[in-house]
Amino acid sequence: MQVIISNQSKEPIYRQIYAQIKKQILTNELKPGESLPSMRQLAKDLNISVITTKRAYEELENDGFIYSIVGKGSFVCEQNNEMILERKMKVIEEQLLSAIQNSKEVGIELEELKELLTLLYKEDT
Amino acid sequence: MMENVIELQHVYKAFKGFELKDLSISVKKGFVTGFIGGNGAGKSTTIKLIMNLLKPDSGTISIFGMDYKKNEKEIKQRIGFVFDSNIFYENITLAEMKKIIKPAYRKWDDTLFNQYIDMFELPLKKNLKTFSKGMKMKASLTIALSHHAELIIMDEPTSGLDPIIRSELLNILHNLMQNGERTILFSTHITTDLDRIADYITFIHNGQHIFTKEYYKIEEEFAIVKGGTNLLDRDTEQEFIGIHKTNHGFRALTANKQRTKNIFGDTVIIEKPTLEDIMLYTKKGEERC
Repeated sequence: MQVIISNQSKEPIYRQIYAQIKKQILTNELKPGESLPSMRQLAKDLNISVITTKRAYEELENDGFIYSIVGKGSFVCEQNNEMILERKMKVIEEQLLSAIQNSKEVGIELEELKELLTLLYKEDT
Repeated sequence: MMENVIELQHVYKAFKGFELKDLSISVKKGFVTGFIGGNGAGKSTTIKLIMNLLKPDSGTISIFGMDYKKNEKEIKQRIGFVFDSNIFYENITLAEMKKIIKPAYRKWDDTLFNQYIDMFELPLKKNLKTFSKGMKMKASLTIALSHHAELIIMDEPTSGLDPIIRSELLNILHNLMQNGERTILFSTHITTDLDRIADYITFIHNGQHIFTKEYYKIEEEFAIVKGGTNLLDRDTEQEFIGIHKTNHGFRALTANKQRTKNIFGDTVIIEKPTLEDIMLYTKKGEERC
């Protein structure tokens, strides 16, 4: 499991850890049932305090991505990938719709909007 | 379900010209608490109270849930004290030092002692006065660890150490925390060391407890705010703990980042504070009054 944190980022460190683990779960790099390093081990490896990894794990647990067994550790939850994809698609549709509405209000044409979308998509790597 | 290893309740202690006022702090089991405050804030006095080297004028102190009056021996067995300077007898070797200390501890572990001596590359037969500051700190830590101390109290362990040894020490501390059974109270004024290890920060100032917080909460709640002095008036100044004004603008510390954002919006720059900022502006705020 790769986790790379930045001390310069505006994002709190526990959010960075949360986001990276979540992404690896959603992309199936971390498979259901796979065990995560212990909070204390991860804290040591990243050279940060235990309370930070604890917070990240707690939020992953609250959001249903991992579960913990006392004395055994933390594991990736069984994900219903289709459901997640479906949920995501809905959110994307809504966001695109509001972008379309905003474009129409100020007279931006479809082609122009597509160009903008392409540009932004490529920029965000 | 979090257990407190150290609990001070309403502790008062007065000396000539200095007093600890109504100090209530607790240190959680299995975590590292960074203990910060300026010179003369009361850190050493607090540590001496925790070690039972001083008695409070009033209030209660409990360690591992026990009271020094009834369980002094038991408590002392379970505490390791790591200090920065020359409390060692200077004219003996580490091997001789061990012989003196060992009988005091029921759980003394020679194997462990030898392991740490190897790991820290400490000479057993050299006079302690030839030890560098880093070696003294490691010797002190070795002794604390060799009697299986559950609570390790470190008084300025990193002051005077070079960055390589400081980093080495922090790695050792990370290793010590792996099983979740140990607790560390780490007093320091090198606040950057705490970024890497401290779970909680306890801040005292002028003999008073200002706060104890999870480390990440500090950056959620506090912020450094920078902007033009035209934004300041009697009302807006109330938002800040301390303000530093120059001809070119102001820099201030807020303890309520969200509210400050709501009030000032985009007219100011908001940045992550360091622990030093928090110490500095707390002092500044006081001078203003």
